[in-house]
Amino acid sequence: MIRAQRETARKSVNPTSQPSAAHHAGHERPVRKVFDAVRDKQPFEAEIHPSLLTEEMVLEVDAFSLYYGPSQALWEISMGIPKGKVTALIGPSGCGKSTLLRSVNRMNDLIDSVRIVGTMRLNGDSIYAAGVDVIELRKRIGMVFQKPNPFPMSIFENVVYSLRIDGERKKSVLEEVCEASLRSAGLWEEAKDRLHESALRLSGGQQQRLCIARAIAAEPEVLLLDEPCSALDPIATGRIEDLIEELKGSYSILMVTHNMQQASRTSDYTAFMYLGRLVEYGPTEDVFVQPRLAETEDYVTGRFG
Amino acid sequence: MSELLEAPASTKRYVRRRSAVRATSLFSNGEPMVWLTGGALGLCVLMIVGMLWLVGMQGVATFKPRELVRWTTVDGGVLLGEVVEIERYRPNDAQLELLSEATRAAARERLAAQGGEAERRLVRTENFELTGTHYTWVSDFETRERTTPEWALSIERREGGPFYGVLRGFELDGRRIAGEPEAAWTLLEEQLPAVLERVDARRAIEREEIGRVNRAMEAERLAVRRAELEHGLDTAAARTARELFSARELGFKTEFERLRGEIEALDRQNSRCALRVEAADGSEQRIPLAAIVRTYPANRLDFGDRVSIYTSRTWEFSSGEPRESNTEGGVLPAIFGTVTMTLVMSILVVPFGVLAALYLREYAKPGPLVSFVRIAVNNLAGVPSIVFGVFGLGFFCYFVGASIDELFYAERLPSPTFGTGGVLWASLTLALLTLPVVIVPTEEALAAVPSSMREGSYACGATKWQTIRRIVLPRAMPGILTGMILAIARGAGEVAPLMLVGAVKLAPELPIDGEAPFVHPSRSFMHLGFHIYDLGFQSPNSEAAKPMVYTTTLLLIGLVVLLNVVAIAVRANLRRRFQGAQV
Repeated sequence: MIRAQRETARKSVNPTSQPSAAHHAGHERPVRKVFDAVRDKQPFEAEIHPSLLTEEMVLEVDAFSLYYGPSQALWEISMGIPKGKVTALIGPSGCGKSTLLRSVNRMNDLIDSVRIVGTMRLNGDSIYAAGVDVIELRKRIGMVFQKPNPFPMSIFENVVYSLRIDGERKKSVLEEVCEASLRSAGLWEEAKDRLHESALRLSGGQQQRLCIARAIAAEPEVLLLDEPCSALDPIATGRIEDLIEELKGSYSILMVTHNMQQASRTSDYTAFMYLGRLVEYGPTEDVFVQPRLAETEDYVTGRFG
Repeated sequence: MSELLEAPASTKRYVRRRSAVRATSLFSNGEPMVWLTGGALGLCVLMIVGMLWLVGMQGVATFKPRELVRWTTVDGGVLLGEVVEIERYRPNDAQLELLSEATRAAARERLAAQGGEAERRLVRTENFELTGTHYTWVSDFETRERTTPEWALSIERREGGPFYGVLRGFELDGRRIAGEPEAAWTLLEEQLPAVLERVDARRAIEREEIGRVNRAMEAERLAVRRAELEHGLDTAAARTARELFSARELGFKTEFERLRGEIEALDRQNSRCALRVEAADGSEQRIPLAAIVRTYPANRLDFGDRVSIYTSRTWEFSSGEPRESNTEGGVLPAIFGTVTMTLVMSILVVPFGVLAALYLREYAKPGPLVSFVRIAVNNLAGVPSIVFGVFGLGFFCYFVGASIDELFYAERLPSPTFGTGGVLWASLTLALLTLPVVIVPTEEALAAVPSSMREGSYACGATKWQTIRRIVLPRAMPGILTGMILAIARGAGEVAPLMLVGAVKLAPELPIDGEAPFVHPSRSFMHLGFHIYDLGFQSPNSEAAKPMVYTTTLLLIGLVVLLNVVAIAVRANLRRRFQGAQV
């Protein structure tokens, strides 16, 4: 809540008034261009639509920067992910969407050269504070990857994996969770008769829905989808999009996508990122129909990217 | 339109270029490489098939009963035996000089008629105590007569090798009770089973009863020694132990006497029957039935008899114990030793290798040190195996084993228990030898597990170890089993290091048996590979042992194949579980 107030104080001036640019002395321009920020190797003050401010946030990103060795990949990104809504991250390749997403459940820890500045909070708990148990943190966050990655075990074991690693042994609990998750992921009818077959025998689209079932089995506070449809055919993509629609409300979803239509179809909010900066963030309709910044418009209308 | 115009031009260019290639280089065409690669593969297959064929044919023929042939040479010598080999050769004058003057001219004439070439046969004559030789070459020009006596017997004896001779009668209590071969053979067939039973009984007494008394006596002796070591030589405790021992010793001695009496009774009973057999030189020999393992009239066999003799010999080979310094009898102890050692080795090497590979691939930070370790492990596979044998002897037997002896088996010193070669040390040595064979494929299998799977597991909140145990290891299991298969193949066929750390020519007891504590890791053992070496190069009669070398080799190859097939079946089963994995 405090965070939201702070953002209100900082962003309420947008879009018509001059953004406060005290630390950018020498670049007094009417509209700050993201290209200028890139040229000057500076972060960019994002254009955040006011309607976001009324939302309750499940995840807050606060001046988050990330470096791969000497090169900076994310530049002081600040944004909140609303609870129970679908938020899409769009932007051209290499703009840091996936990096940002993977920072949420600290998957970037697996890469040695990564260094971060700033912080993130999941329902008020810091993600990057010293002494945070990464394992416990990841159990609160579900993630689905670009390529379906079912584990080499049965469908049943795939779904209850997160319970298994928590040491859950009771068969009734496992079966209940398995059925509920598969139902939520819209896979129950197809899979109920072959729960104990290898998950690797499912089709690509089924595998991806299985991965979603696996991710929601642990009742995550936020669900991260990293281009979940990029490896699927149009029909399977359609089913996943329907699924995201259904999950909306019960889960808070942060999704990376390359597909503009997908973002406009499925998400409530859209954040446009470019070259490691958050450029514009607001309700999906506004971002696509009447973006406030020229760069956003150029991108969503397909003029670049 | 412009594309259409361009098309012929490009075709033309293509044609010109192709002709240019043909003129300059044959190899860029690719076809010669097909011949080269295919030829190389063909050669490899040919060599392997050739070796297997040789071993298979020779090994299978070992137990075939052969005809017994009697030869009379032009100079009046007589031979009786089995033909093992026929070859053509060009005799020189020196060989003709050996003939007597009367026959030399005729032989020379005959040789000339054959264009200087003669045929000779290697005849297994045996009857070593009479002839002093096992084999004799007979050339066609020195042969006067060649017959197959109807009642020629091939007798496998317990000692002294086979005996070939013509049956002349059956003897009971020193009196000949049957003069005719038919009658003698009938009597023999009647009496032999009972005699063999008595021989087995005698053997059982020797091995089990006397062995039991011996062990009890040894335990008593060790108790005295232990008391002496613990309390000092000249103490009350030691004296009591010694007195107790001498009191018990008497009991043991009477027990020995009793057993010896039983054995003598059996021997007396057995020595009553004997065969009278005429050897090739015309002398009649007495062969007690107790000395016979198996006998058959080699020239009177029908197909059924042949099959039954072949089966009986094969059965003896695979289930019996060796006789006659391993050149006869069975190889069961060697089969048992090989399998035991290989299994113990696999149980030791697989967990160690997998753990080492896991650390190298999953935990260790990639860097020069890890690369160095990896290279070192790979190089370990190239170290001559005898070096591992020397290391095993020095470290396991003489250092670890001797320390164990001093701590736990002090009363048995100076005769070592663990301080000498044994099945445990041999297994450990081979485990060390096959370690790289396990580590390398395991590491490759671990590296082949897609990182997307690991990430998926981490994203579910799994720890590193949970990810390894539940995702990485199951996925890498086929690769790990490949490593195990290679290790088994390598370990089961290894001989050189075993000679130093525990394989022996003849092990009186198996490493696992019915005597408490049932598993005896310190015992030395017999090994098929060592058995082959011993038969082929260490036996006093290497020519007679040659067929056994082939058969044993065939058996060893079969055993390795069997162990491999089992492991491959397990791996195929695992692979089927991950079928359809396109990741």
